[in-house]
Amino acid sequence: MLELVVFSLLNGLVYGLLLFMLSSGLTLIFSMMGVLNFAHASVYMLGAYFAYSISAVVGFWPGLIIAPLGAGVLGALVERYGLRNVHRYGHVAELIFTFGLAFLIEELVQFIWGRSTMDYAVPEALDFPLFTLFDTQFPAFKAFMLLISVGIFVFLLLILTRTRVGLIIQAAITHPNMVAMLGHNVPFVFMLVFGVGSALAGLAGVIAGPVLGTFPGMAVVLGSIVFVVVVVGGLGSLVGAFVASLLIGLLQTFAVALDYSLNDFFALFGAGFDAEHILTDLWTVTIAQIAPILPYLLLVLILIFRPTGLFGTRET
Amino acid sequence: MSSNQKTVALERQPGILRKYLVWFITAAALAILPWIFNTTFGITVLNQMGIVIIFALSYNMMLGQGGMLSFGHAVYFGLGGFIAVHAMNFISDGVLPLPIPFVPLIGAFAGMIFGVIFGSFSTNRAGTVFAMISLGIGELIAASSLIFVGFFGGEEGVTGDRTEGPEFFGLDFARDIEVYYIVAFWVFVATLLMYLFSRTPVGRMANAVRDNPERAEFVGYSQKVVRYISFSAAGFFAGIAGGLFAINYEILTEETLNLVTSGTVLLMAYIGGIGFFFGPIVGAVVFTLLQTLLSNYTEIWALYVGIVFVATVMYAPYGLTGIIMIHGPIAQSGRLGSLLVPYIKIGIPAIICTLGVIGLLEMLHFQNESGAGDSELNLFGIHFDVATPYPWILAIVMTVGGFMLAKRLTPQLVAAWEVATPTQQGGR
Repeated sequence: MLELVVFSLLNGLVYGLLLFMLSSGLTLIFSMMGVLNFAHASVYMLGAYFAYSISAVVGFWPGLIIAPLGAGVLGALVERYGLRNVHRYGHVAELIFTFGLAFLIEELVQFIWGRSTMDYAVPEALDFPLFTLFDTQFPAFKAFMLLISVGIFVFLLLILTRTRVGLIIQAAITHPNMVAMLGHNVPFVFMLVFGVGSALAGLAGVIAGPVLGTFPGMAVVLGSIVFVVVVVGGLGSLVGAFVASLLIGLLQTFAVALDYSLNDFFALFGAGFDAEHILTDLWTVTIAQIAPILPYLLLVLILIFRPTGLFGTRET
Repeated sequence: MSSNQKTVALERQPGILRKYLVWFITAAALAILPWIFNTTFGITVLNQMGIVIIFALSYNMMLGQGGMLSFGHAVYFGLGGFIAVHAMNFISDGVLPLPIPFVPLIGAFAGMIFGVIFGSFSTNRAGTVFAMISLGIGELIAASSLIFVGFFGGEEGVTGDRTEGPEFFGLDFARDIEVYYIVAFWVFVATLLMYLFSRTPVGRMANAVRDNPERAEFVGYSQKVVRYISFSAAGFFAGIAGGLFAINYEILTEETLNLVTSGTVLLMAYIGGIGFFFGPIVGAVVFTLLQTLLSNYTEIWALYVGIVFVATVMYAPYGLTGIIMIHGPIAQSGRLGSLLVPYIKIGIPAIICTLGVIGLLEMLHFQNESGAGDSELNLFGIHFDVATPYPWILAIVMTVGGFMLAKRLTPQLVAAWEVATPTQQGGR
């Protein structure tokens, strides 16, 4: 039991912080430009694939630096030449543009690297169990992921609150026109934020690729959950993104470990449903089976009862 | 003519034929189409087109007319289809004595009921919040369909049999052509009803709520109620499409409900043009043709569709019908001919550039996919040896040359447009 709790906690933390790396960029981009970037998870996928290609040639560690840079540059280019042109057609057009971009990137990845899962392996230097608790091992690579994620969080916090650039970015988020009138190059700031957000997503891809698998569907799998995190946390709130990503990471990891169904609950009171009915599944489905849909359930509930999210201040 | 006679002539209403000409032509065209495309493949494609036409039109009820971007519209399509296929199984068992052509009606009511349920909380706000809720519901239902195996059949889905229904004028609907006439009937009815809906007060207010929700409220209509009604109606028509899907393919799986299908209908509606009623029809037809015909010639057809989609969003946000319609005023003033030469002049380099890009992409794909030693590629009926540099050089030259030439000729096209566009005072 304790083993279950400890490892679910650790794994949930790793997963949650990974989600935070992805959602922090997304929520920053959203609060700056009002556009929810569907292609964000695609940049995560590209980061993983870049790192895979680089690691096949020079090794994992150069990939850790180069792949996020490549992703960041790509993000900046998309903002400069794509989003800026579409901006004048309205929010709906921007959403559809990023959606089309996500589709296009998925097709490009399949075009360049093929459809099968890539053999992007954990580097040998980190391929050992960090500690063994109750017969279960905790891999060192996951600890590395934790380290990088926490490092990124601290880095972001320091940059945004302690540096001049960070202050300008914070101001541009809420009062872009005023900041522009004060003489700052606000479009350049937007491009910078987009680029840094994409670089973060790329970095998340580099470290998650070996663990979660590098295949063309990885953007879709994680992309929806990242949206849930951003919306649940509150559109535009970094703290909200942090709390929500940890919440959802832990929720999903714990749910997968629990193999109980409503039928088991009723069995405690001596009742039970055994009949083969079209709706039997409602009673016999276990928590572990519905774990994938828990985030979406949370999303729908939050959007009904608190559309601004847990910590957010705006809805659109 | 005296002024009295002139007035009488003006007031004489055009006959029924004139007024509803478009609908008569449509009905006639739907009836004759299978005679023109009378191969099995042709009829299959026509059936597929009919289903997605209704689906895309129902989607545009929300997007183009209501301003509600939804990423989960396939839910109503799929749920309508699942309930329809379960109904078909009841019909096969003899429990429900309903002729097969009426099954889409069951799908319609299923779609509407789910639209009413999910719309009750989805339509509070439009914009990004609505899009996110629709995404959440879409993913929720798609994931649930794999978990609740009793109703959704799990990975294998649910199958039905359209030939075991009660007698309907001696037809048993085993042949595709018989299914075509069911599809054609429902396409006509659904399109007519959706068009009429857009002409009702709630349909017109949906346009108003899309453009300026606050002002619509001041006029006296609740934006939520208007959106809710549009949403439920869109669910109704998506359910018709789902029911037709159940009849045509006789199987419903998780794929019918998922995000990919929702994305596909968005793509179809947008490429066709969301600002016009018949835009999604054009988009659905074009997309189905791309999907069925293009996939016979190239494996990377989805990449081409993606490129076309992004290009449409960036450069032609009003879609294909938008491109056609902006020529409307020019055609009316009779100056369309003056644009012909500039279009040809810029069209030829553009086509060369496109062919070069296609060549490059196909050659790259071929190199990735083929084994060692296999270097001959068959493109547009011409054989290339991709190991040699000549095809590559040719493709690059075509791409770069075509692009530069087209760019050089663009100011001429713009100037020709300026001359051709009628000015406010009526021009020359």
